[in-house]
Amino acid sequence: MSAPRIRLSDNTRRDLGFAALTAALFLAVTFAFPGFAAPRNLAGLLDDTAILIMLALGQMLVILGRGIDLSIAANLALCGMLAALFNRAFPEAGIVPVFVLTLVAGGLLGACNGLLVWKLRLPPIVVTLGTMSIYRGAIYLLSRGAWVNENEMSRDFLAFPRAEFLGLSMLSWLSLAVAAAFVVALQRTRAARDLYAAGGNPEAANYSGIDPGRMQFLAYTVCGAIAGVCGYLWVARFAVAYTDIALGFELSVIAACLIGGVAIAGGIGTAVGVVLGCLFIGIIRSSLPLVGISAFWQMFINGAVILVAVLLSARQREFKRTILEART
Amino acid sequence: MHPSLLTLTDIRKSFGGVRALAHASLDLPRGAVTALIGENGAGKSTLVKILSGVYQPDAGEIRFDGQAVRIANPQAARALGIGVVHQECLAFDNLSVAENLFVNAQPSARGLVDWRAMRTQATAVLRDLDADFDADMPAGRLSIAQKHVMQIARALTHESRVLIFDEPTASLSQRECAELFRIVRKLRDAGCALLFISHKFDEIFELADRYAVFRDGVSVSAGGVSEVTSDELISLMVGRPVGQLFPKLQVEPGVELLRVENLSRAGEFEDVSISLRAGEILGVYGLVGAGRTELAQVLFGINAASSGTITVAAGRAGVALVPEDRQGQGAVLPFSLAANIALPNLATLAPRGWCSAARESQLARKWIDRLGIKAQGPDQPVHHLSGGNQQKVVIAKWLARNPGVLILDEPTKGIDVGAKAAVHAVTSEFARAGGAVLMISSDLPEILGMSDRVLVMRRGRVRGQFTRAQATSESLLRAASDA
Amino acid sequence: MKAASLLRWESMLALVLVFAFVFFSAYSPYFLNVDTLSDATFNFTERAIVALPLALLIIAGEIDISVAAIIALSSVAMGLGSANGVGTAGLIGIGLGTGLLAGCINGALVTIGRVPSIVATIGTMTLFRGAAYAVLGDRVLKDYPESFAVFGQGYLVGPISIELALFILFAILFGVFLHRTRWGRVIFAVGANPVASRYSGIAVNRYRFALFALTGLFSGLAAVLLTSRLGSTRPSIAQGWELEIISMVILGGVSVWGGKGSIVGVVLAALVFGLVTFGLGLMNIPGIVLSIFTGLLLILVVAVPALVNRR
Repeated sequence: MSAPRIRLSDNTRRDLGFAALTAALFLAVTFAFPGFAAPRNLAGLLDDTAILIMLALGQMLVILGRGIDLSIAANLALCGMLAALFNRAFPEAGIVPVFVLTLVAGGLLGACNGLLVWKLRLPPIVVTLGTMSIYRGAIYLLSRGAWVNENEMSRDFLAFPRAEFLGLSMLSWLSLAVAAAFVVALQRTRAARDLYAAGGNPEAANYSGIDPGRMQFLAYTVCGAIAGVCGYLWVARFAVAYTDIALGFELSVIAACLIGGVAIAGGIGTAVGVVLGCLFIGIIRSSLPLVGISAFWQMFINGAVILVAVLLSARQREFKRTILEART
Repeated sequence: MHPSLLTLTDIRKSFGGVRALAHASLDLPRGAVTALIGENGAGKSTLVKILSGVYQPDAGEIRFDGQAVRIANPQAARALGIGVVHQECLAFDNLSVAENLFVNAQPSARGLVDWRAMRTQATAVLRDLDADFDADMPAGRLSIAQKHVMQIARALTHESRVLIFDEPTASLSQRECAELFRIVRKLRDAGCALLFISHKFDEIFELADRYAVFRDGVSVSAGGVSEVTSDELISLMVGRPVGQLFPKLQVEPGVELLRVENLSRAGEFEDVSISLRAGEILGVYGLVGAGRTELAQVLFGINAASSGTITVAAGRAGVALVPEDRQGQGAVLPFSLAANIALPNLATLAPRGWCSAARESQLARKWIDRLGIKAQGPDQPVHHLSGGNQQKVVIAKWLARNPGVLILDEPTKGIDVGAKAAVHAVTSEFARAGGAVLMISSDLPEILGMSDRVLVMRRGRVRGQFTRAQATSESLLRAASDA
Repeated sequence: MKAASLLRWESMLALVLVFAFVFFSAYSPYFLNVDTLSDATFNFTERAIVALPLALLIIAGEIDISVAAIIALSSVAMGLGSANGVGTAGLIGIGLGTGLLAGCINGALVTIGRVPSIVATIGTMTLFRGAAYAVLGDRVLKDYPESFAVFGQGYLVGPISIELALFILFAILFGVFLHRTRWGRVIFAVGANPVASRYSGIAVNRYRFALFALTGLFSGLAAVLLTSRLGSTRPSIAQGWELEIISMVILGGVSVWGGKGSIVGVVLAALVFGLVTFGLGLMNIPGIVLSIFTGLLLILVVAVPALVNRR
């Protein structure tokens, strides 16, 4: 056998490439606005991007399994309202029950998606398009259109995401923890490896005893649970809960995944890539006001970035089996 | 210790109303290679899927080492020690080779995947097989032959005692075949029970110790390979003595209808030149992966060539292609017979745009009669028809266009003998009426029986051209494989 | 093209329509008034006009979620045109032209860029809506010439509005095209089996591109009608319409997998949709609750056949 040589996997190569791109973007912005690299600003950047990171990691699981979750933002909003209403009714209960409540509620909402995709084999796009409006509408039913304002939220409720530790907010730490957990879990747990297999080749997965539908169900449930907890975090961070929070945010989440190298066809994607994708979007978003571009351009930029990412990955997929080429 | 490691007795399996296995019995002794022979539709794939736990038999008994067992799912099959090398390449292109070997069976330490153990074990198995790729390679980069070796490696990772090979040599070169046989013999000598499904009699006689013949879901015969001849095997497969299956008509070649000069398509085939005249049937032989289908696609116009020229004589309606994948490429299964036949002919059936059900029905009836398609009527959905009749529909839709050149890609793959004969008769008739035929086939008797001339391709290039007189099984095979 | 099952679906829709009619008339004395019903049609004609080409697109096996964003973009383009003094004829040209261009972008992404239509239109949905926001921000454009208002607010004859008349006209044209011509037949084939269609000599990508362009064009038309009716433009115009339009199509019996469906079904579904939303509006049920209804309906419409088939 040949001598051991350092061979980078395709995943690592792609992540490194993208890390370089993100670093280049960061350097460019810092070069124009040196204040950008100040620790205070960087901490703020992470804080702004934290929820996106967690949501995108959840969405990645769904996309890995060949699904998509358009209802993720509606899920977040509904659980956020639940959290706010619970907190208003039981302010002394503390935040642990809030975490549990949103985790379970979000997980159930995600499980609904997963069940329909698994058991009835409905197309994910249709299912999550439908649940997206059902969950949004449910917020209205719950709150009867009323808002929950800052003065109706308990101090603990509001304090948790903002509490600082070693210069970073708890929200930021939480997102780092989730990212680290994902990095480890995706590499080391059998469930995650089975998800990669199921997304890469569902037919072969069946032959190996993996049920691709069941893996999708699990992915949707985890994604929903994360969205649920992020609902509480969002509402606490922005100190308000109403029907339209995070409206349209699912598109930013999907954009981050696609930029970060998650293949829409399933089976390919890394946690590191997704985090980088989120940072990329985050850097662009925070540099817009510096450059004097109104925040209204954010959506357009997201759209452009999605299209570029998707065009590039469509090119790569043209992987034809060649007959004339020598085998490696 | 039982002499037979695996015994199946009187297995029955139906899907909906269709009976795949009626009275299937099989005996797999230790330390022997048993060849499973039968035409397509005889029930071999169903049997393999039952043995690998994907399907459950409706009735019958399976005994492993003397004990009655139930193979409830693929994990149960693996736990018993049954490994399958499938015909289709079931590889996970997005994962490494090592991961492919251990899908859903990863070695674990403290609940987490143990990558080092996985890589070590994978490397060991690959070394045993003398594989020319290593465990870290992304499976998507392997060639088909390498993926087959990977599948074998996968079966070996869980110490299989029963190994099933489902037509593994379809896309292997001579050298790769020899390698495979070496591995098979090694496993046999180690005491495994091996089941080898193949259509190629020379392989069967070279490799197998025993044989079992299936016909229409029933096991009709079994015994030692040394006690039987290939003609007898064919008779058993087909159910009647082998007679003349290929009605070859003598036709005087007419004008040149197709001229191909130095045609190439990057990565697929190179420097192909053909001249085809009216009334000729040109057989194109080669192993799977030789580039024949790719050539057909360029001649038909699905893909573009990168260099070279194609000249088609004017007058008749160009080039028609009956593709290899009948159900995926040939027919629109939910559509009716009439709609399928109408599809490439809409310009003539509806010249100003308006479709007429009456005209389509009429056209369909004409071809139902001419080709003897067994169907309830022109409105029957094509997916209700048998494989042979589906193929007739695909041929009909193109013949209705009156093409000059008809390309057939594996036209009789997987259809029953009666339909096979009908397809050959239609093809000969088409040639006699002044058309030109390019017939791609991996079936040597078919190529030898039908062709006026034979072109042999290997790895994208033309390796040999033979007249009818010069073409023999040996010469064609030698040209098609690596020497 | 299973005729029997489709007929059953359409009959069921017709039944629902009758039932809804009866229910709402019983609820409110105002309902059966001709003028009221005429007003009710405005509720769905704009969406229904887009549902027609979208149905063809979905039958061909693709999808376009960016239709509402195209409406918004076209509306913004028209608003800018009007603010710069462009007259009614020019505004219509701008509206239709923007829609057509947007549709061509979708078509190019799918056919030339080889991007799956779901992802491509998620991207363009974000891009087009984002462009509308980027250009207008939180402003509103209200300066439209008087003659422009006739399209969305005018009547052709009696209680039949111009919008309704246009819808009826196009429903007939699309119906004939899809079910009687050979190009309609090809659309069914492409959706049922695009590979076999290619192997039958059909230029599949050309059809796909044309259908995306057509959908964009009609989204532009809807923008003209909507903007003309509202008399104003803001970037959030037609928010959420993609869900409703797709629901109309799926409710109309068009299969999400492609290859099956009918225009009659889509028309009936549009009528049901319009009637029910109008009726519920009469009952003072707010719009967002309506969207729960729409979401549930969408899921039910695909789930029920799947459940039935499982047996």
